[in-house]
Parts: sequence; C-alpha cells; structure tokens
Amino acid sequence: MSKIICSAAIRGAHNIVDMAEEKYEEALKKYGADQEVSFPNTAYYLPIIYSMLGAKVEKIGDMKDIFVETRKLLPPKVTDNVWLPFLAPALDAGMATYFAEEMFEAVRYLNEPNFYTKTEDPLADNIWLGAADDVVFRKRGVEFVDGSAPGFAAICGTPMDKDVACKIALELQEKNLYIFMHDQSEGVSMAEQLVKNNVQVGWNTRLVPFGKSYTSVIFAIGFACRVALAFGGIKPGDYKGNLIYNKDRTFAFVMAFGPVSDEWYANAAGAINWGFPTISAYDIPEVLPTGICTYEHVVSQIPHDEIVQKAIEVRGLKVNVAKIDIPLSFGPAFEGERIRKDDLFMECGGGRTTGVEVLISKDMSEIVDGEVTLEGKDICDIKKGENLPISILVEVAGREMQSDFEPILERQFHHLINYVQGIMHIGQRNIMWIRIGTAAVEKGFSFKHIGKVLHGKIHQEFGAILDKVQVKISTVQETVEEVVELARGVYAKRDLRLGSMTDESEDVFYSCTLCQSFAPSHVCVITPERVGMCGAYNWLDGKASYQINPTGPNQPIEKGECLDENLGEFSGINDFVNQASRGAVPNVSCYSLMTNPMTACGCFECISAMLPQCNGIMVVNRDYMGMTPSGMKFTSLAGMAGGGAQTPGFMGVSKHYLTSPKLFKSEGGLKRVVWLPKMLKEELREKLMERCEEEGMPEFFDMIADEEVGTTEEEVLAFLKEKGHPALEMEAAM
Amino acid sequence: MTRLTGCESCTDLTCSSTIEVLGSDVSKNVVTAYDRVQSRGMSACLFGSGGTCCRNCNMGPCQIIDGVEEMIGICGATAETVVARNYARTIAAGTAAHADHAREMIFGFIATAKGETPHEIKDEEKLHMLAKVFEIETEGRDKNEIALELGEKALAEFGKQQGTQVMLKRAPKKRQELWKRLGVEPRGIDREVTETMHRTHMGVDQHYENIMLQGARVALADGWAASMLSTDLTDIMFGTPVPIRAMVDLGVLKEDMVNVAVHGHEPLLAESLCMAAQQEDIQALCKKVGAKGVNLVGVCCTGNEILMRRGIPVAGSFIQQEMVLATGAVEAMVVDIQCVMQSVAQVAKNFHTEIITTNYRAKMPDAIHLQFDEVDSLNSAKDILKRAIGNFKKRGACHIPKDTKLDVVVGFSHETINYILGGRFRSSYRPLNDNIINGRIRGVGAIVGCENYKLPDDVHVIVAKELIKNDVLVLATGCAAQALGRAGLLNPEAAAKYAGPGLAEVCETVGMPPVLHMGSCVDNSRILIAATAMVEEGGLGDDISDLPAAGTAPLWMSEKAVSIGEYFATSGVYVVFQNLPVSGSKVMKKYLYEDMEEMYGGMWDTEPDPVKLAHKMIAHIDKKRAALGIDKKRERVLFDMQMRRDLTDGTGLTDVGCHGPA
Repeated sequence: MSKIICSAAIRGAHNIVDMAEEKYEEALKKYGADQEVSFPNTAYYLPIIYSMLGAKVEKIGDMKDIFVETRKLLPPKVTDNVWLPFLAPALDAGMATYFAEEMFEAVRYLNEPNFYTKTEDPLADNIWLGAADDVVFRKRGVEFVDGSAPGFAAICGTPMDKDVACKIALELQEKNLYIFMHDQSEGVSMAEQLVKNNVQVGWNTRLVPFGKSYTSVIFAIGFACRVALAFGGIKPGDYKGNLIYNKDRTFAFVMAFGPVSDEWYANAAGAINWGFPTISAYDIPEVLPTGICTYEHVVSQIPHDEIVQKAIEVRGLKVNVAKIDIPLSFGPAFEGERIRKDDLFMECGGGRTTGVEVLISKDMSEIVDGEVTLEGKDICDIKKGENLPISILVEVAGREMQSDFEPILERQFHHLINYVQGIMHIGQRNIMWIRIGTAAVEKGFSFKHIGKVLHGKIHQEFGAILDKVQVKISTVQETVEEVVELARGVYAKRDLRLGSMTDESEDVFYSCTLCQSFAPSHVCVITPERVGMCGAYNWLDGKASYQINPTGPNQPIEKGECLDENLGEFSGINDFVNQASRGAVPNVSCYSLMTNPMTACGCFECISAMLPQCNGIMVVNRDYMGMTPSGMKFTSLAGMAGGGAQTPGFMGVSKHYLTSPKLFKSEGGLKRVVWLPKMLKEELREKLMERCEEEGMPEFFDMIADEEVGTTEEEVLAFLKEKGHPALEMEAAM
Repeated sequence: MTRLTGCESCTDLTCSSTIEVLGSDVSKNVVTAYDRVQSRGMSACLFGSGGTCCRNCNMGPCQIIDGVEEMIGICGATAETVVARNYARTIAAGTAAHADHAREMIFGFIATAKGETPHEIKDEEKLHMLAKVFEIETEGRDKNEIALELGEKALAEFGKQQGTQVMLKRAPKKRQELWKRLGVEPRGIDREVTETMHRTHMGVDQHYENIMLQGARVALADGWAASMLSTDLTDIMFGTPVPIRAMVDLGVLKEDMVNVAVHGHEPLLAESLCMAAQQEDIQALCKKVGAKGVNLVGVCCTGNEILMRRGIPVAGSFIQQEMVLATGAVEAMVVDIQCVMQSVAQVAKNFHTEIITTNYRAKMPDAIHLQFDEVDSLNSAKDILKRAIGNFKKRGACHIPKDTKLDVVVGFSHETINYILGGRFRSSYRPLNDNIINGRIRGVGAIVGCENYKLPDDVHVIVAKELIKNDVLVLATGCAAQALGRAGLLNPEAAAKYAGPGLAEVCETVGMPPVLHMGSCVDNSRILIAATAMVEEGGLGDDISDLPAAGTAPLWMSEKAVSIGEYFATSGVYVVFQNLPVSGSKVMKKYLYEDMEEMYGGMWDTEPDPVKLAHKMIAHIDKKRAALGIDKKRERVLFDMQMRRDLTDGTGLTDVGCHGPA
C-alpha cells in the first residue's frame, strides 16, 4: 500500500524538517547569520541543495531561504479518506527531507567538529566518517563513471546476526558496489557488526560507515549528486538532469534492515527521486508499479540470503563479473584492502625478499595458453612468517600484440592481484611487494591463483590484441634472480623507447574522450610528451586502446601541419577537436596555459594556474588540501579548469607533464613555474632536478616556492625576488 | 398537459437524487424534459436522424433515400453529399460555439492583462510556456505585458486570413505533417466556420470527401485552436487546476444559505461571482435576511470550471438543470451561454427562483437579463447576488436530497497529471507510459460530452465501469465527468472497488481515482495535450494514432460533441458514439468508419449498447497494443555499463522502463 508509505514519509518529513529547523535556529542565535558552514573540504557546498536548487549554502544565514523552499515542498499530511494524490507529495517530502538533513548535518559539523572522523578510514575510537571530501570523492566518483563501480547500496540499519551482516557486505562487494552504511537497528549498526567480525571498513574496501543517524543518508545522496555535477557536466540547479543522470547511471538503491520508522520512509521517498528504490528485509508495504525508478519502487520482506540478488534485479543492474576460479572473493571492492601486521601470514618482495614481475611477448608457438606453473614452495608448504622470494613471469602472444603494449599489460598486475581478497600488492617491476593475509591462507590460497587471475583477466580485458597467456611463478631464489636479470633488460629497452619518443618523432597523436559523456565538449589530446591529464593514459596507452577497440574513446589523430611550434598548435588536432567537441572548441594548443589551453573534464591530477603578480605559474595537485597563492583551494580551482570549457590561465595537467620538455612551452617552459605544494615537489624531485639540469639551471629546483614559503602571491613574490627567480625577468605572461 | 413524473414514466431513469426530487411534493407541478420526451407523441424524423434531410435551399426540403434514384435531391445532390453537408454544418456549429466562448475568454484575458478586471495573471509558468509557442519575448518583461501581447496574438488567430493556426505546432511532429499532407491545417478560426457554411450552401461543394476535408479542418480549428486557447488562457488567468476535493449532486444545496446556481459555460462570470460571494457587504446582506451566506453551486460546464479551480460544488449536470430548480431551494440561477434549456424559466415559475441571463447573445422569455460587464465584473456579480439574496426570504417549501452528495477529487489538468506521476522534481508522463507498456494499464479511454433525455442516464457509468474493470484509465470532461462523479467514480477509493488489478495498483500507488476529471467540454483540448505528452514521452509510438487510446461521447446531444469527436478522430483517435446522423448514406458511413482510419489513423464508429461500446474501445486499445508490440509479457532488462551509457545519449532502450533524457 503506497498510501501507508507515502503517509509515513510525509509524517517523517515533517518531523525531520521541524527538527532541522530548530537546530538551525539555535545555531543562528549562537553563531549569527554570517557564520560559515560547510561540509569538509568540498567545492560543492551542501551538494544536494546545490544540485537541486543551484543555491550555495555558505553561511548559516543562507539557510533561511532554503528552509522557506523546504517548507513549500512539505505537503499536508494524507487524509484517511477522499485523499488527494499522495505519491508526488511524498516524493517532494523526501526532497524536503534531504534539504533539511543537509542543513542539519552542516550545523552538526559546526557544533561538533569531531563528530565524524573526516578521514578515509575509521579511527580507533570513531568509525563514522561523515561526508566524503573532494579528494575522496574525485578518486571514488570516477569509478562510478568508468564503470568499475556500478553504484552503491545505502544501507539503513543492520541484520542482527553479525555473520549475516558480513555475508551481505561481501556479496555487495563482489558485485563491485559501494556499501554506504547509516543508522542502526536496535542500537546496533551494520558497520559495528562488520568491525566486530574483523572486516576492514572504510573507503578502501568500499564499506563506508557514513553516520550513525538516518540523517547521514544525505552523504550518500550528496555523493551521487556530485558525480553528476563533476563528471556528468550537469549544471547546479538542473535538478531534472541530475536526477535522470543518476537514475540512468548510478545504479544505487536503499537497503533497509529492521523496523522502518517514518523518518526512514521519508529518506526512502527522497531516494526515489533519484531512481533509487528501496529493498527492505522487514515487512513493510510494497510499491511495485514502475516509472520513477526503472523498475519497482519499494519491495519488502526479502530474506537476508536473497536480498542482494533481489536488490540488483530491482535496480535493473547487470554486473559483469568474470568468474575467476579461485577459492577467494575477487573484485575491485577488495583492491584497497590492507593486510595489517596482525593479519599477515607471509610476504614476498618489498625489500624482504627478492621479488619481480614482468610481462613479455613471445611467438605463438612458444606459449601454451592457460598454463600456470609454480616452481618451488607454495603457501601450503610454509609456516606463518616464512617469507619467500617471488618472480611472476607472464608470457603472452597474439597476432595483434606489439612489444609497445607490454608495459600496459604489465601495469594491470597491480590492481588485478589486489582484487583478490586477503592479498595486497604494492609497487611494480622489481620493487613489487606482495603481502598475504592469514584469512586468505585459511581459505586455501595458492600462488597459482595469482596466475589464474592474471590469465583470466588479461584475456578478458585485452582479448582483442592477444590470444595466449601463460604464467610462470617461481619461489626459488635462483630462478627469481634469473627473471630479475631478464626483466632488467626488458625495462631498459622500454625506458629507452619511451624516452626517445617526442612529439616531433610521431605523426599521430591520440584523442581520449573517455570522459566525454561526462563533459561533452571535452577532448583530451595525448602526445608522447604530454600524458593525459588524469595521469592514467600515455601515448602508448592510447595506441593500445585504439588497437583493442578501434571505435573506442581513443582515436588516432593525424597531427597535420604544425601551425605554431611554441603553442603546440597543429592543424589536424584543431580539426579533430573542433569536430569531436561539436564545434565548442575550435582551437587547442598542446603547450600553452594562456592561449587556447586544453579543456578538462575534471579528472586531472593537477591544476596549473597563472599568478599575474608573480608573472609565473603555480601547479597544485589533488591531494593538497591547503590554500594556494591563487587565492583558491584545489576544489575551487577544479571548478575553473573543469567542465570542458577553455579558461585561459587555468588548465588541468598530469604530474608527468610537469617534467616534460614541452611543459608550458609557449609561456617559457619550466622556468615559469613559481609554486608547487611541497608534497608534489618532493614526489617529482628526482625528475625535476634532471629537467633543471637539462635546462641548464641546476639551482632552479630550489627557486620554486611551496606552501612553507607562502600561500599568497605577495609572500611568493618576495621569495622569488630573494631567489632571483627567472620568471620575474620574462616577458609579461598576461 | 398531463404531468408525467419522470421517475414513473421513464424506466431508464436511475439517478437517485433526480428520482427523489421529482418524487417529492415540492416539485409536483414541475414539467421536465422527461415529461416532454413522453408527451411529444411522435418519434424523431428518420431523414433528420439519418442526416438525409436537406433544407439548405428553398427547392426542398428534400428527403433523400440512399440507393433510390428518384429520391436524390432536386438539385441532384446524392445521399452522401447531403449527409456530408449536414455533418460538416454540425461540426461548424460546434466549432462556432467553442470559438465564441474562446473569444469571450480572450477578451476577458486582455482586459485582465490591462488591469481592467478584478482578476490577475495567476499562472506565470503557463504564460511563459504559451508565450514561447507564440514566439513572444519574455525575458525581462512584466507578466501583464507578456499576457497582453499573448492575448492580442491569440485573438488574431480568429480572424487570420493567411497562414495556419499557431497552436498546431503543439501536436506531435508526425501529426502536423499528416495534416499538412492532407491539406486540413486550419487557417483563421472564423474563416473555417464561414467557409464551411459557404461550401455547404446550395450548389458549392458537392463531393463528400472534399466536404469532409473541410469538416476536419473546421474541427481542428476547434480542438487545436479555439478550445485550446480558451483552456490555456483561462488557466493562466484563473489558475491551472490542481488536485482538489469537492462535492457533487443535488445534496450540495444548503437550506440555510442563499443558493445561487451558475449554469452555462464561460467561467468569467462564475469567477466573479465566487469573488463577490466572499466579500463582506454580500456576507452582511446575507446575515440581514437570515442566511449564513451565499452557497454558490455549479451546473453544467460552468460548474466544471469552478469545480476544477476552486472546489465549488456542482449541484447538477445538463440533465439535472431542471432538477436543481425543482428542489425549490434555489434563489437564482445565473446563466450565460450553451446548453441552457428554455424550460428552466418555466420550471422557475413554480418557485421564488429567478433565472438571470447575463450574455447579450443568450436571452429567453420569462427570465431577467442583467448584462454581465467583464470590466466592472465584480459589481455585475454583486448585482446578481443581491437579487438572489433578496429572494431568500421568499423561499417556500423546498426539498434538498440529503444523502446524495458525493465526494470527488478533481483538478486533473495536463499539468496535474504530469506532477502527480513524479512530484516537482521528476514530473513526467513516464510512469503512465511505463505502466501502459508493462500492461498494468491497458490503455486510456476518454469519456466526454453531454447527456440526453432520450437515452438511459447511466450509460457513462456503465461504459466507465467496464473500461476501468478492464484496466483502462478513464479521462473525463464535461457533463459526462459529473455523471461519473455522481456514481462515485471520481473518488480515489473507487480504484479498489471498481478497477482491474493493474489499474487499481497504479491508482493506489499514485493516490488517484481511476477516472480523472479533466474539466469542461472546452477542456477536451487538455486530452489532446495529454495524448501528445504521452507520445513525446516515448515508448508508445510516434503519433497519437499509435497510442492505445480511444474516446467516446455517449449520450451526446450538443453539436459541440460532434466537433469534438471529429477533432479527436482527425488527431488519430478512435471515437465511438452511440449514434450519428449519418446512417442515411452507406458511402459516408464507410468514409467515417473505415476510410478515415486510412487517412488519419483515427476514425468514427457507433454502438448503441454501452457495454459493447466499451468493448469496442478496448478492442481498439488491444489492436494498438499489438501494433506497438506491448501485448506480450516482457523480460526484465538488466543494464550493464555500456547500456547505461547508451541510455544517457538517447540510443538506449526507450521502452523498458529506463529512458533517455527527460
């Protein structure tokens, strides 16, 4: 009976709005209208309100208008007979609920700054993380759009049996879903149930304890809203665009355990606006006709052992999980899981023992597809704490295989091995490190399973270029050393090949429109000397991707005539971008920040921005949370550089590009760089020093200011003058 | 004349409130239409009924018999020519009625935009929507300025000599192209009426097909122009209806209040009466005569207008206009235009009741005429109310049926339907289309039109119950809607009681009745817009003729009903009436019942039996379901990432529940 649900939702919404308004009025009295309010480190304000109404809540005083709007949405309660249509009012009430809850949580951040941990993982004394900041959001949100996470389950309450809770969490993880946890049943929360059972919770395992009250549901919904804003190119205030984007893209749903209160109904009604249905274990009425959600809106009384399957079906989600025949759970949800000291059974590589992984191509006749061999001791042959050396040699063959693709395939090892639950992989090449957890060993883990994973997944993802894959694993020191020797030769050759490639040496660049469905006018141009701004795609990746999927997002671009060497403007690139952006971007420079800079979707590693007073350029990386001399934090800068528009003076760049000879070529190159966050500077130290040498300014590295020097242009300028920074002598950049 | 009490002589009278009033002592001297049906003593002329009486020139009248060579017209006009001419004239008369109503509303609208009336521009969103249709600049302009330009442009549509009607572009693309191809796009509204009259004059258009093309054109000038303009401009001025509770039937009259019945069609007068009734001086006058206030009640389509927008109760429909007076409880009946029977002044003579005509076009013997002035409308309205209040003390014995007043939920404009299916943020027709596609709702049936003393009075109810039992959602307007309200079908609880399981489930989910009251007869244009919205939402074909939908006006009596039927048929809808004045020509029957389907995708049909009529509608709906391929159960589609991407760029599946951009 929809009427029961809608009546309850409307009642609940009234309660929630009353409660939130009371808190707001208290806060208004206590702090005054000018007091700033926000969720931690985000450029999206209170994201639901921002997405739906286009309104920025920055100060307590801003909440006044939103409460007026919220009250307008709040319908009268449903009458017992001769009722007026109640579905639409209930949906509006759900929206009012979210507006009120966002403001309630914002006030809570103000009143109790440490109510939530504001971290990626729980702290020892507090498991509730609260709103995802923009660093977490960017990292995780991308997975919603690239398909590695199809959506999320917003769980309210918990099954009372902790093993059942763990099993449901695991099942959801296996479907690659994020699990957002809220509120409790009979005083027990789902997240606590998991922790009690030694399950790692936190963003890294996709098991996210958002908050212990139902109001925290807005963190989940706000996350979905931000995905549409950041990656969907949806404008704030375009509520319909945002809701439909999420209905079609983010396959999320609400999963409720235990008795359902009016307040839960209000939240569930809100979620239906986004096309997120509710699946309840508890006996509540159902709403089966379709329309606002893809299929049913509310289904109930689903037994615990069927609830995940039912949820997937109701949401209309197809999860393509290649079954890898190993006795352990496998999937992206386990990628971020850590093996802590107490859980550790043994480790390989990482400085403890010799370790190496390498992929090489061979002739078809030399390979037996699917063969996985292990030489030496396996896990079952050793005791806890006994570490072994390891070599993982993967040999592939295929008619379309080229040696240029080897590093690309090899780079997959890291996440593929991490996908195995209970196994942790760090590093690459001959600095790789594998940690194996006790739980994995108990489930029967063998080194051969790594081979099975690599064989299965490489076939699945790269079937277009290769036909055969065989894996040779060894834990015998001598063999391992032989493989190390072999690998060193391979690495040297590869590095030489990559290092020798320049934009001049290649006639073809590659486009990347992987994110174009999120920022429709955006086209990345990847050149040998300018890696994609996400840092994930270099020229070789583009080439391989095109080979694998000739109609895919990476297309070859004949660079054509060079129109301006310094700007990096090419006729072929202009034509392509003009067409691919449907006329929105007619010209693009590959090497300039000020003249027709390359557009960005929002997935950039770093943002570069012109500092007019300093006559130089600053670059800030995503992980840097502090203020920058531009007067904006990363999150605000992201708004300037992202969204597919050309904004001279603001541009997304990869870390790799910072060490490219083509960096800001038209503005004078590396010499223009005046400020980098310390963490970025340190990360790139070695390569930057090398570049300084090449530019004939070995002392330049130390002329670049960081946040310790200052976070205002004035402070930076003083430092530049003191150091005699070359940018000050260069012609005005603006 | 011997008095025949309707309830004794007419076995087909089922309406309990009517039976109660006619059976009471109070009404013993009242003669009603039921009596006249009985006492006329001759049956209807067969030539007239069959459409083959031609009296368009003074050589006749010629009675034509199809297939009898000697019995063609003196001028040589054949049966099909005469039937087509008469039919086209009927349509033109209907269009003229709607058009003149619309014109009056637009005059009121313009006066309101100029600030000359007590009304104001209420629905700015709709104003902007319509301004866009007329390509009127809205940016930075005051609402009255926009409204003035809109009003003037709308008015110009009537006398337009060049080009076609602007509002046609609100139809589905494919339909517009079809009309263009057939050459039936209406030009000026008045021109089409004039041209129809001219072409059916002696010795002009003598080819039934050519005449019927003009019939289509003049009907489209009604539905997609005159009526639609009237509905939209009235909404902008008085507010677009939203769901509202109200009451219907004779029981809404009140013993302790001054009962003023408003009868006719144009809401300008009624709205002014509503405003005036609230004012203190009027309230004070009521107190003075010992009444608690003015109880304004609606009759016929004026009733629908104020029912939809203000929740003012409806005392009776067309067929009850005499019964409202026969209660003896009405101080005044205020009438304007259309469907007001001359007999009301005679019925009133039995009581203290005054009949007040208000429109210079429509006067009658034994009534008082108080010309309504739209500019000074509040004072006009007060003068009327004062007369009624003055009558209160003269009220003699009266009989108000106590138990017959029914709760209804009304106000289902196109905008309301859009809202109730998804709320403010997700408003769309998607849930309706989805549930039609998945078969919970089989299709949509429109029950519209009049009432007719010559036929049983429960036909609407029988048809509606049969449709909703078979999961067909019913949209209703006009007096038909009121009849369904009196039967309890406009109550949300009716879904569980009468609807099939699928429709009941959807009604239950949304909280709506299985029959949606969409307004007065001029508001049938709302159904055209709703049908277009269904087409545009996707998954149900790309023209109105693809929709699993059908329409009927059983018990039709007014020429407006034929115009409505014709504009629905030529818009692609299957339209079935109980009878039509075309039976005298085989060729015309074939044209209307068969050939039109080839041309328009919609056509006419007739079926006297209400249950069979409903099943003809259902059969047509099923035919359309089969053509759309939605007659079979479908597997649930699960979406992987690629499919989800395709959804957003519009290349994805559009008919499985998920869809592209809204």
